[in-house]
Formats: sequence, structure tokens, C-alpha cells
Amino acid sequence: MNAFLAIIGRDLRLATRRGGEAALTLGFFVVAITLFPFGVGPEPELLGRIAAGIIWVTALLAATVSFDRLFRADMEDGTLELLALAPLPLELAVLAKAIAHWLLTGLAVTLLAPVMGLMLNLPEAAYGPLVAGLLLGTPALSLLGGIGAALVLGARRGGALVGLLVLPLFLPVLIFGISAVEATLIGLPLAPHLLILGALLAVALPVGVFGSAAALRLALE
Amino acid sequence: MPNFLHSLASPARFQRIANAVLPWVSVLAAVLLGVGIVWGLVFSPPDYQQGDTVRVMYIHVPAAWMATFCYAVMALLSASFLIWKHQLADLAARAASPIGACFTAIALITGALWGKPTWGTWWVWDARLTSVLVLFFLYLGHMALSAAFDDRERGGRAAAILACVGAINLPIIKYSVEWWNTLHQGASVFRMDGPTIDNSMLWPLLLTVLGFNMLFVVLLLVRIKSELLARRIEVLQRARASGRG
Repeated sequence: MNAFLAIIGRDLRLATRRGGEAALTLGFFVVAITLFPFGVGPEPELLGRIAAGIIWVTALLAATVSFDRLFRADMEDGTLELLALAPLPLELAVLAKAIAHWLLTGLAVTLLAPVMGLMLNLPEAAYGPLVAGLLLGTPALSLLGGIGAALVLGARRGGALVGLLVLPLFLPVLIFGISAVEATLIGLPLAPHLLILGALLAVALPVGVFGSAAALRLALE
Repeated sequence: MPNFLHSLASPARFQRIANAVLPWVSVLAAVLLGVGIVWGLVFSPPDYQQGDTVRVMYIHVPAAWMATFCYAVMALLSASFLIWKHQLADLAARAASPIGACFTAIALITGALWGKPTWGTWWVWDARLTSVLVLFFLYLGHMALSAAFDDRERGGRAAAILACVGAINLPIIKYSVEWWNTLHQGASVFRMDGPTIDNSMLWPLLLTVLGFNMLFVVLLLVRIKSELLARRIEVLQRARASGRG
């Protein structure tokens, strides 16, 4: 357990002390969202209608650009080999890194989402389901994205490849994240959508942890 | 049966069997496809609603079936490569992926051509269309990943892990997309109460489906054989270069 927490703490410290690396994903998230009013026009009604979609899609993209450095730095300086040799199973080390990644990107994006909603004229009733959906959905993104990040270690042009590999896998999370918002807006119960998002997280946990660990073992051979 | 499959993993034995099987399967594929397509495109009756447009079905439906079938084959081959480390399974999985991508592309394009006259639009964000499109992306990712490493073995193993992860996620993606939106007609051949499609159309359809299956086997065998030859040439060239150096 100590080793597990130590990995989370280490990743958090590295991200916060190394020149604001943690802020990069958030910066991308905010800048990308800012582009939408320029792209579709500034009418509040239109923006309010598509605000939840903009926020969710941008959260997916922000997560995707952050995966490139999930394992790469550790691979380059040899940390990953030590993690693989440590008594802590590599699966748990991967889980710890995914949790740290979620705290730095998913949670931060979730906390920023209401502010972005304000700027995009998101309907008032949509704030709760949007945030609840992001809270359940973004951990699944960190877990599934870990597979992509681990698979492209040592590949040529790995960064662009991650997007192609993981974005199709994110589709169910996006669908149910959005349907939670839409259902609330037309007065349908919210719970089923959140339950399905929870189920997706429950599937992403073993798939992501074992998949990433298998891919990391391959990269370390 | 497992023993037979494991014995296939020897490249030499595989090549012997493939060489023996290939002419027969090729002829079978040509006959099935020839008869099925001519029957479907010329002799089968036009649909009472769609007229002659329905003939797109004889290409579209088999291609769409093969799109998912290829992925299943690829995932099984990848899993057996990860478990038993058979090199041939890796070769076969990598050979299957572009074939599957082509079938998927054919299904998407013929679907668009069929959609224009019947639904009045080339593309809609309907559940089946969207999940087939996602399947196409999964094929592209598999192909890109297996080609992204300088070390071929490494690319094969990475792609095999991806194929297995994709196989777990594919049903989830399919059902979430279905839940999201549906316009495409439901299944009309595989149903508990029997097919809802008339025999005059069902027979040519079954022939083309079998023909596409045989075509897949032919393409797969040819691709594996040529990949084995390419590797042999590489080894010979390396031996020759080191002999001179």
C-alpha cells in the first residue's frame, strides 16, 4: 500500500514541480473550448444547446494529448524498469499511475467544466449531470488511455498514434456522458445513465490495468 | 483439434497445406461469387419497394458480415499469438487486418450508395453505420500500430494486445451506439422466427456470403504466403550481405 501511495505521490509531485506540466492539459482544454464560439458563432442559444457536447469532446481530446507523457518519461529515465522489478505488481503500479493521471487531468477538467459551462451558456439543470458524468467517465478515460500510452512506447510518431488507438474506445463514455445531460434536460431520470457510466468504469478498470501492464512488459523486454 | 492447429503453426507445414488448399478454395470462391453475383444482380427479382436498388444488398451485406468476422478472426489469432507465441498467428493476424479494413470500407461505401436512393442521404449518424465506422477506425489503429515499430516482433505483439482490447470493447461500443440512435433496419436473416427475406433473394445472398468467406480465406493464405516469402528473402539478403562483408 505504501509503494502504491508513493507512486501516486511521486507522479503528483513531478507534475506540479516540473514547470507547471499539470497545467498544460487544462490550458489545452480551455483554449480548445474557446475556439468553438469562433467556429459556430457566438449566439447564446446555439452555444447553450451544444455546450455539454463541446465540454465532453474537448475533455476527451485533452485526455488524449496528455497520454503521450504518461509512461514516456519513466521509460526514458529507467523508472519503469524499477517499477517492473519492484515487489508491487506492475498492474498495481499502473493503477497508481492512472489514478495520478486522473487527479491531474480528469479531476481538474471536471472542476473546470462548470466554469466553461458558464461561458458557453450551459442550461442551469445541466451542471449537475455534466459534472457527475465527468466524475464517473474521466477515470475510465485515464484507465483505457493507459493502454494506448503503453502500446506506443518506442513507436515512431507515437503521439499521433495514441489518438487513433484510444479515441474509438472512448466512444461509449462520451455517449452516456452526453445522454446523462440530455435526459436531465428533457426531464427523464438521471440515475440509469450514471449507473451505465459506472459500469463502463468497472469494465475499464480490469481491461485498462491488465492491458497496460501487458503492454508495458512488452515495451520493457 | 488443438493439436492440429498447433501443428499448423510450423511455417513449412503451413505452406505445404496452404499450397494444397489454395487452388481448390480459389476455384470455389470464384464459382460462388460468380454465380451469386450474376444471380443477384441479373436474375433475382427487384424489390417491391426499392426496385433494382436492392441489388446493392448482394455486395453490401456479405461485406458487412465479413467486416465483423475478420475482426473476430484477427482477435482470436492475436490471442493465440499472445498465449502460445506462434509466429504464424502473428503473421495471420496482421494479414487479416487490411483485408478486414477493405471489407469494412466496401460495406461503408456500398452502404452510402444504397442509402442515397432509399433513405435520401449518403450518410446518417445511425447506430449501425456509426459502429461499422468505429470498426474501420479500429482496423486502421491495428494496422498503424503493427507498422509503427522498427522491430517487427514488437509491432506484432503490441498490435495483438490492441486487437484483444478492441475485441472486448467492440460489443460495448456496438451496444452503446445502438442505444444512441437507430435508423438502419434490424436483422432480417438471422432471426428466431426464420428469415423475413424471400427465398428468391436469400439464395443468391447466401451464395455471395459464402463466396466472400472463401475470398477471405484465399486472400489470407496468399498474404501469409507472400509475407513468409518476404521474410525468407530478407534472411537470404542478410546472409549474402554478411557473407560479402
